[in-house]
Parts: sequence; C-alpha cells; structure tokens
Amino acid sequence: MAVERSLLEVNNLETGFRFGDVYHNAVDDVSLTLENNEILAIVGESGCGKSTLATSIMGLHDPKNTEIKGEVIYKDLNLLDLNEKLYNRIRGNDIGMIFQDPLGSLNPLMTIYNQISESLEYHSDLNEEQRRARVLELLNQVGIPRPEQIMKNYPHELSGGMRQRVVIAIALANKPPVIIADEPTTALDVTIQAQILDLMVDIQDETGSGIILITHDLGVVAETADRVAVMYAGQIVEEAPVEELFANPKHPYTRSLLNSIPHELEDDDDELHVIHGTVPSLQKLPRKGCRFAPRIPWIPEDSHEENPVLHEISPNHKVRCTCWKHFHFEGEDE
Amino acid sequence: MWKTIIRRVLLMIPQILILSILIFILADFMPGDPFTGLVDPNLDPAQLDAMREAYGLNDPLPVKYVRWMKNALQGDFGRSFNYQQPVTAVIAGRMGNTIRLSLLSIILTYLIGLPLGILAGRYNESILDKTVLVYNFVSFAVPIFVLALLMVWVFGYNLNWFPARGSISVNAVTQWDKWMSQLYHLLLPSITTAILGTTSIIQYLRSEIIDAKVSDYVKTARSKGVPIQKVYTKHIFRNASLPIASGFGFTIVSLFTGSIFIEKIFTYRGMGYLFLQSINTRDYSVIFVLALFYGFLGLIGTLLSDVILMAVDPRIRID
Repeated sequence: MAVERSLLEVNNLETGFRFGDVYHNAVDDVSLTLENNEILAIVGESGCGKSTLATSIMGLHDPKNTEIKGEVIYKDLNLLDLNEKLYNRIRGNDIGMIFQDPLGSLNPLMTIYNQISESLEYHSDLNEEQRRARVLELLNQVGIPRPEQIMKNYPHELSGGMRQRVVIAIALANKPPVIIADEPTTALDVTIQAQILDLMVDIQDETGSGIILITHDLGVVAETADRVAVMYAGQIVEEAPVEELFANPKHPYTRSLLNSIPHELEDDDDELHVIHGTVPSLQKLPRKGCRFAPRIPWIPEDSHEENPVLHEISPNHKVRCTCWKHFHFEGEDE
Repeated sequence: MWKTIIRRVLLMIPQILILSILIFILADFMPGDPFTGLVDPNLDPAQLDAMREAYGLNDPLPVKYVRWMKNALQGDFGRSFNYQQPVTAVIAGRMGNTIRLSLLSIILTYLIGLPLGILAGRYNESILDKTVLVYNFVSFAVPIFVLALLMVWVFGYNLNWFPARGSISVNAVTQWDKWMSQLYHLLLPSITTAILGTTSIIQYLRSEIIDAKVSDYVKTARSKGVPIQKVYTKHIFRNASLPIASGFGFTIVSLFTGSIFIEKIFTYRGMGYLFLQSINTRDYSVIFVLALFYGFLGLIGTLLSDVILMAVDPRIRID
C-alpha cells in the first residue's frame, strides 16, 4: 500500500534565472504540499520569489534563461520531467492559474466567450453548443450579471472586478483540482477585493480544489487561508496553520510583517512600523547564513544558524534558523 | 462606422481646398514659366508677352486660381503645355504604370517583411534574428537612390538579369507578351522599393512580438494549456500585427510618393517620372494636379489607416 500522497507536492524546487553565464536562484530549495480542499497561502514581500514559485509549478518559464531543479509531484508525475505536449494536458485541466492584473491577463482582441471557451477546446470533447452552455454556467458561477451579453464583450468593456471574475472563470473552466492564484486581488479596489476573496472561498467550498494563494496581504491570508507559508528571499522561513501563525508567529520576518500591518494610531507619536532595508537583489543575495539577518542587525550574529534549516517547533509549525529565539524588535528589550 | 467614414470624407473637402491654395501659391513661386528656354531666343519679347497673356500667365494669382477651380469643377483640369493635351489624359496615360509598380511593391514588401519580422520576433536573439537585424539596419541606412543605382548596376547592367529601364519592351506584340514584358520590367524597381519598405514592418513586428511574448495574456493562454504554436497564431501574432495593420494606409501612400525617385532612376514612365519632368519644364497644370493628387492620397491613407484600425482592434472607436 503506497503512502497517501498530497494533491500537489513541491520538493526542493530551485528556480534560477540566468545573468550572463550564471544562474541565480529566485526560488531556493522550496518544499511544499497542498492538500485537497485546502487554501495554502504563500506570503512575502515583493521580490521574494512567490510568483516565480507559481510560474515554476506551471512550467511557464523560458527554458533558455531559467534553470529549474527539484520536483513538482502531481498524481505521481513529476511535472518538471514532462515535455511541452504532456505539460499542456496538465495546464488548464489539472492546474488552473489566476493572475494578478485582470486587464493584462486577458487578450484585448478576443471576446470573453472565446477566451473562456479556448480553455475548454483543448481539454474536453464538448461541442460548440456544450461549450457555450459551460461558459454561461461559469460566468454565473463567478457572479457575472447578464452573462449572455457579457460573453460577447471585449475585456476593455468590463470593470476591473468583472475582468478578474472572468480570469477566475478561465481558471475554473475544466474544474482543475489545483488552482494557483497569484495575487488575485492586488490590482483591485478594497471592496472588490473582498468580493473576489469571498468568491474564491465559495468556489473552493463548491469544488473542493486545493488553492495556492499567493499574496503579500496578511489581511487576505487571515480571511481565507487554512495554512500559511511565509517566504523570504526565495526560501520558506515559516510554515504553520493560519490560526497558529497569527497567534504564535515565530520567525523574525513573520513577526516584522505582522508588526508592520497598519493599526489604528492611538496618539500622534504612533508611527507605522517598517522593516529595515529591502529584499536583496538576486545577484547580491548572500547564499550562506540566515538571509534575514542583514535586516535585523541588532540581533547578535551568533543567534543565527550557520546553515539555517526548517525546524518543526511544534506539530505542523516549522521555522527556519534559530534566531527567532533571541528576536526582539529594535528598541525593545529582549 | 459608416457614419464616421462619411463624415471623414466630407471633412476632406475643405482640407483639399486649403491644400490646393497652398500648392497653387508654391507653384507660382517657382522661377520661370513654361516658355522659359523653350521658345526661340530670337523671338520678340513683346510677342512672348502676348503669348503669356494669351495663356493667362500674366493674370494675378487669385484670378488664375479661381479660373482653374471653375474649370476643375467642370472636370477640366487644364492642359499640359508640354504635351498639348488635357492634364487628365497625360496623367491617366501614366497612372497604370504607377499602379502596377505600387501594387507589386506592396505585395513584395509584405511578402518579405512579414515572415522576416515574425521569425526575428519569435526567435529573437538567435542567429536568424541577428541576420535579419543586420539586413534591417542596412536597408534603413541606405538611401533610396544609392540602392536603386546599385540594383541597376548589378542586376540590370552587369548580370543583365532584368531590364534596367523602361516599362515595356517594344517587341511585345500579343497581349500575353505585353503583360509578361510589363511584369519583367516591374521586377527590379519593385524589389528595390520593397527592400526599403520592409524596414519598419520588420522592426515593428519584431518588437511587438517580443513584447507580446512576455505579456500576461500570453501567460494566461499558456496556463490554459494552449500549445505554443497556437499561442503564437491566436494570441501573439494578432496583437503584434496591430501597428502593421494600422500602418497599411500610410504604406500605400508612401509607395506612391516613394516611386517618384524609383521611376526616375529606372526611367519607368509613371506618374512620379511625369512629376519630375513637369517640374523641370514648369508644366504648371500637371505639377499642380499631381501634387494635389499626392495630397489627396495622403488624406485617403490616413482614413484607410483609421478604418483598418477600427476593424482589427475592438478597443478603438473613432467617432
């Protein structure tokens, strides 16, 4: 009897981009699992490798300038070993993807119907009439009013929220067991953001898909996710169920992120908390030692591990490096 | 859309009117007149002046303009001094040649430009792309008369593959022979025009394709599982061809006006050749009508470009 496998398993994934003759890893040894009926959030600042992770799973990188190592296991297949033809059977059929910018991610010259229906053409035997019915069903599912009419429209004729619903409908077309949503709400108004998030939670309830939700918005995480992986500089630095992470954050980066959420300012002296510095660029990223150390210089150097690894500090709660044990915010006592 | 087109056509009337006044004034600025250097130098100046008077050349400019306009509205565009024929007849006799030249040039331009642009864009940074780029830089940098003379010298004179001058052979008797002879004479000038015309098409297509390749809608298409070949044909090429499609109107116009030099160098008797000849002989009525015609083409080209753009890009609505 084989071991029960997760819906999607990412093992030691490394994605390197070519600069001249050298490859620099934007995703560095990331391992993840996604279960059925689960929303796994991946959080981190811009440039920490979240989106690269998503596109690596989909195999969308240009092989000339990227080098991908490791495994992405889906249904006992390592997707990274597949040729384009086989990969195309997985894309859109088993894994659907939702992108950030709802205007840019739709082809301006194609009607809504054609863009949704295109996904059905390659993965199903539905005839024209059945496809039409399915597109209508999808548009209804994602809450688009007057679908009969909207499907004849072009993307520029719809609002941002509507366009994102269409993007979601495209991802859902073939009822994929895995959905990867790359910052699906970032480009939208706050009110629309809430609607889109509700929609995604509803869809997940209905379909039982596993969703990887990539975001930099901890509010989004708290509202939707079941499990959270915090990424920093290409690595996962903390991973925990959502309640555990918010109640009991450990890694200095996670704590800094949570601390920098704007809260109600009580008096004029209250300031917004920021994290020192920025995510280092790929070429300058130190590949040894704790990658977050340069941004918390007040923490003694010897509290970091020499080669930080993920430690399971309590069931299902993993933290990288040992520096969390000594971490305090700048100016506070230990 | 029809409303827009009709309105734009109506708008052309005042535009052409203004253009005609400008050309009339500019033509009048040219030193000399049709009799300069043509008539017997021993002729009595008084007699010459009487001839000028008879042809209305001594009248003030506004009078000449109004007279011309009146006749033009009745379909009489004046007579050519040079040919002693109605201007319309002179131009009509040359138009066929120029249209043939322009048509073949357009076809060759797109036949060369589209595949090269598509290949360079799709396989950018490859050897092929770099070769196309070198071709493009050269064809962009070489002036039309240098390339044309080079073509005449190499393929017309040295290799003797093509006729280097003229538009038809005098030996062609049957209709079929005439057509073939015309086509044969067309090849060298139209290839030359096409080589120069491909530059912008290749450059636009290439850079649009390179941009489109990394666009989000292409990522969406690929994440739907659309095979890469289909992604190119259904998504990338369509979007990348927008500037080419909208430039089509201008391309046609530039081929007509560009043929002025080509026709001169290849001694190809079309409208461009006639234009230069008329300028040399101060054949006002012909210059005027031709300049007006080129201006009119420019207006048509702009309209054509807008209409094409409206047809291919759903985002564009010109009202």
